Amino acid sequence: MDQSKIRNFCIVAHIDHGKSTLADRIIEKTGLLTSREMQAQILDNMDLERERGITIKAQTVRIVYQAKDGNEYIFNLIDTPGHVDFNYEVSRALAACDGAILVVDAAQGIEAQTLANVYLALDHDLDVFPVINKIDLPSADPERVKNEIEDVIGIEAQDAPLISAKNGIGIEDVLEAIVEKIPAPGGSPDNPLQALIFDSVYDSYKGVIVFCRIKEGRVRKGTKIKMMATGATAEVVEVGYFGAGQFIPCDELAAGMVGYLTASIKNVKDTAVGDTVTDVDNPCAKPLPGYKKVNSMVYCGMYPADGAKYPDLRDALEKLKLNDASLNYEPETSIALGFGFRCGFLGLLHLEIIQERLEREYNLDLVTTAPGVIYRVYKTDGEMIELTNPSNLPDPSEIDYMEEPVVSAEIMVTTEFIGPIMQLCQERRGRYISTEYIEASRALLKYELPLNEIIYDFFDALKSRSRGYASFDYELKGYEQSKLVKLDILINHDEVDALSFIVHADSAYERGRKMCEKLKDEIPRHLFEIPIQAAVGGKIIARETVKAMRKDVLAKCYGGDITRKKKLLEKQKEGKKRMRQVGNVEIPQSAFMSVLKLDDN
Amino acid sequence: MEADAETFCGRTGGSMRELSIYIHIPFCVRKCLYCDFLSGPACEEEMKNYVNLLLREIKEQSILYGDHRVVSIFLGGGTPSLLPAQETGWILGQIRDGFSVSEDAEITIECNPGTAMAEKFAYYITCGINRLSIGLQSTDDGELERIGRIHSYGDFLNTYEMAREAGFRNINVDLMAGLPGQSLASYRKTLERVTALSPEHISAYSLILEEGTQLYVNRGSYTFPGEEEDREMYELTGRCLGKAGFHRYEISNYAREGWECRHNKVYWRRGDYVGFGLGASSMVRNVRWKNPEAQAAYAACVEKMEEGMKERGLCGMSFVEMLRRTGRCEVQALTPQEQMEEFMFLGLRLTEGVDSEEFRMHFGETVGEVYGKQIESFEKQGLLEREGRRIRLTPRGIDVSNVIFAAFLF
Repeated sequence: MDQSKIRNFCIVAHIDHGKSTLADRIIEKTGLLTSREMQAQILDNMDLERERGITIKAQTVRIVYQAKDGNEYIFNLIDTPGHVDFNYEVSRALAACDGAILVVDAAQGIEAQTLANVYLALDHDLDVFPVINKIDLPSADPERVKNEIEDVIGIEAQDAPLISAKNGIGIEDVLEAIVEKIPAPGGSPDNPLQALIFDSVYDSYKGVIVFCRIKEGRVRKGTKIKMMATGATAEVVEVGYFGAGQFIPCDELAAGMVGYLTASIKNVKDTAVGDTVTDVDNPCAKPLPGYKKVNSMVYCGMYPADGAKYPDLRDALEKLKLNDASLNYEPETSIALGFGFRCGFLGLLHLEIIQERLEREYNLDLVTTAPGVIYRVYKTDGEMIELTNPSNLPDPSEIDYMEEPVVSAEIMVTTEFIGPIMQLCQERRGRYISTEYIEASRALLKYELPLNEIIYDFFDALKSRSRGYASFDYELKGYEQSKLVKLDILINHDEVDALSFIVHADSAYERGRKMCEKLKDEIPRHLFEIPIQAAVGGKIIARETVKAMRKDVLAKCYGGDITRKKKLLEKQKEGKKRMRQVGNVEIPQSAFMSVLKLDDN
Repeated sequence: MEADAETFCGRTGGSMRELSIYIHIPFCVRKCLYCDFLSGPACEEEMKNYVNLLLREIKEQSILYGDHRVVSIFLGGGTPSLLPAQETGWILGQIRDGFSVSEDAEITIECNPGTAMAEKFAYYITCGINRLSIGLQSTDDGELERIGRIHSYGDFLNTYEMAREAGFRNINVDLMAGLPGQSLASYRKTLERVTALSPEHISAYSLILEEGTQLYVNRGSYTFPGEEEDREMYELTGRCLGKAGFHRYEISNYAREGWECRHNKVYWRRGDYVGFGLGASSMVRNVRWKNPEAQAAYAACVEKMEEGMKERGLCGMSFVEMLRRTGRCEVQALTPQEQMEEFMFLGLRLTEGVDSEEFRMHFGETVGEVYGKQIESFEKQGLLEREGRRIRLTPRGIDVSNVIFAAFLF
């Protein structure tokens, strides 16, 4: 295959600016699929992704384009995930490309994610050209957006295609621009094999299907390969291209191509994203740069609502892990919740996706504890432990100091909302860094924020305080020493381990009080009075009381209709089954998540 | 106790079992705001048609109960006293034609103040009705109006006097606690006024706000007594009625010695009863069922019964099958476990509680073997108590009885 006729690229955009729609139009226009075959959005093929309108796992497609210059071009369109939780995956997908299309909404202009993604693309030395989408919107202002792109990002935008991906306007221009503006791949098929893994999926027949970009050399059936970071070796069974929604086997993948290989690999953890594949018999000198082990940022406990389903949960997690190397889990036991797992995720979205998949695809009813970050606990004996479960916090007398993860955050906001957003960041213990004005009416706020302050409801708070206008992106900056304490909850004088969480000392009282109030509403009345207390280091800092049930009696039973009466009793009994017994108190499962809702109202 | 052992039409004689009969009259002058029973206003024509159906149902069904002796009949509603006196007579006549009614059977009719005059009462007596249940609810006219009752306290006094004059020796008065705007003082007044009249029986219910009722829909615009006050009212009921010579024999029922309602106790002791009419419930030999609640379905049900009888097409069928074939609802042959559940949660409603020896005789296991854990735990919490063979609710147990009952379900 003529290397000069290959174009490897991706599309970068802020969420909702039309990335997936443009990808669909490109696929449609290149003629591999008829309009009828197109599902609404081919690339987002998981149900969950469609419902949430986001791309979770990168999907990639090879298409053939008959250009105006009379030549046939191979396009490899590499889709990238659209959420900050998956930043590393985005970076590896970008590394597999030679160029990128920057999609900017003609009405909204540049957003925080636009910037984050485009800088990421430029960092990978990609040639980026912009397209202005949604030009048919009444509020479209392409000229302003072009100027903004030039001023803020500093790339040429005057001849950017003006398109409407939704209505198929200007797609031809985009296809020609891909040919013209995105460079052909480099590398030589005669060099030793050097291929970048940018994704992988598990297939129960073929084993792991490795998505890779061949940077140097060639790979074919029978090639003995080695994953340079994980050290795993295997013999290639099949290589091929990505058709739209299917795999198309071929003889060989050579330098410059994007494709897949299978080698009867049993687990995605052997084929880490970012790792380099080489030929065992003719290895390359060194791996491609940029590999790193992805670490979980957010942890929570996941327990089956029905204790007997523990093996089912274990099997389901095992299966999900086959396809998702960034999911971590290990068994743990809670006094309140029984047997379950402490699970690690890239971020809260990742957590929610896994939780939903477990519930939907594996039909599990889960109790999830409040998500937390990894704290570093430095003990007086010099040992440092990484704390993922608050109940494992050592005795305060053994703790020298603690550190928490901090992120660098960029918030793009229209100037009228700067005040409320700054206030929000203050409340979340943010450290102000700078304000940059993108244009007269928009600014980029930079803050450093503790990760545990933003993992759950920060995004929602941001949206509500900016009437939906603020956008947000962040990356992990590192760990900083912080005054942290463990807040314990005692129900009827028993400490409930699954309700403990780590909190900054200054907000412990406030959080403890809110937690008690929330639990008071969540826990139904019992035959006896139930004190609910919040404590720090054994000292009670807040208390509420669930009063004893005074009355639960059905006076009337009419005309011998016992069945109706029994149904009422059965309902009552069913309600009890959905509770967790802690001591002699029954706690509804929703209570364990209530820490998440402390900032409601 | 094996459910449904015999086939329909195939019974042999044997000893006479006791049977109670419930007749549902789904008519009233106007729906009360708290009422979620199957009832509503109707014209005379509709009543007549309904009574005809009822007569046919009683007639066709009576063949099933040849081995039963009727010990109580209860005409409930709605407001059964709204029926023309004659039609009430036909119903009772139809029952006597088909069933063997015991000499001393308790025969009750429910009555609302203002819906029956002296002549009607006299007629009732001649029909053999020997117990009258009057729905008073409160002696405070404001409270009565707020819950949409059609009568005043004065109307009740007239009705009560007429009933006594007509010869009713056994009268029940229905009362309600927890009414909107009701105070402890006004409730005490109601209790005192009613006990002064010396009825034989008093039912005193706590108002339950049922979804779908007018009172429920507009609950925001009323002030209800709080939970604590509601319980105080309940305690007051026991004290006040006790002083006046009534004893509590069931959660909400009080009687002078020897005047307990036999029909009521059948439900709690799981005796056999059959219900006739729209939506009426039955339990015979551990099979429960209900009649349809829609008029058309009920009529169809009666017709199927008649056709089946004519052609003897239903004969040889099991009892349960026959009930299903004729369009009965929620037909259920109770399993031994279900019978045990009922034994407990129904029996414990009576202040005498349940008899552990009776339990063992019925089920072949002791109550301790089946429910030992629950009973012990509730005893410790002071909600249940034992005395000899009997297990019963404590006063605190009554307050939270649903929690206890639910624990006896498997």
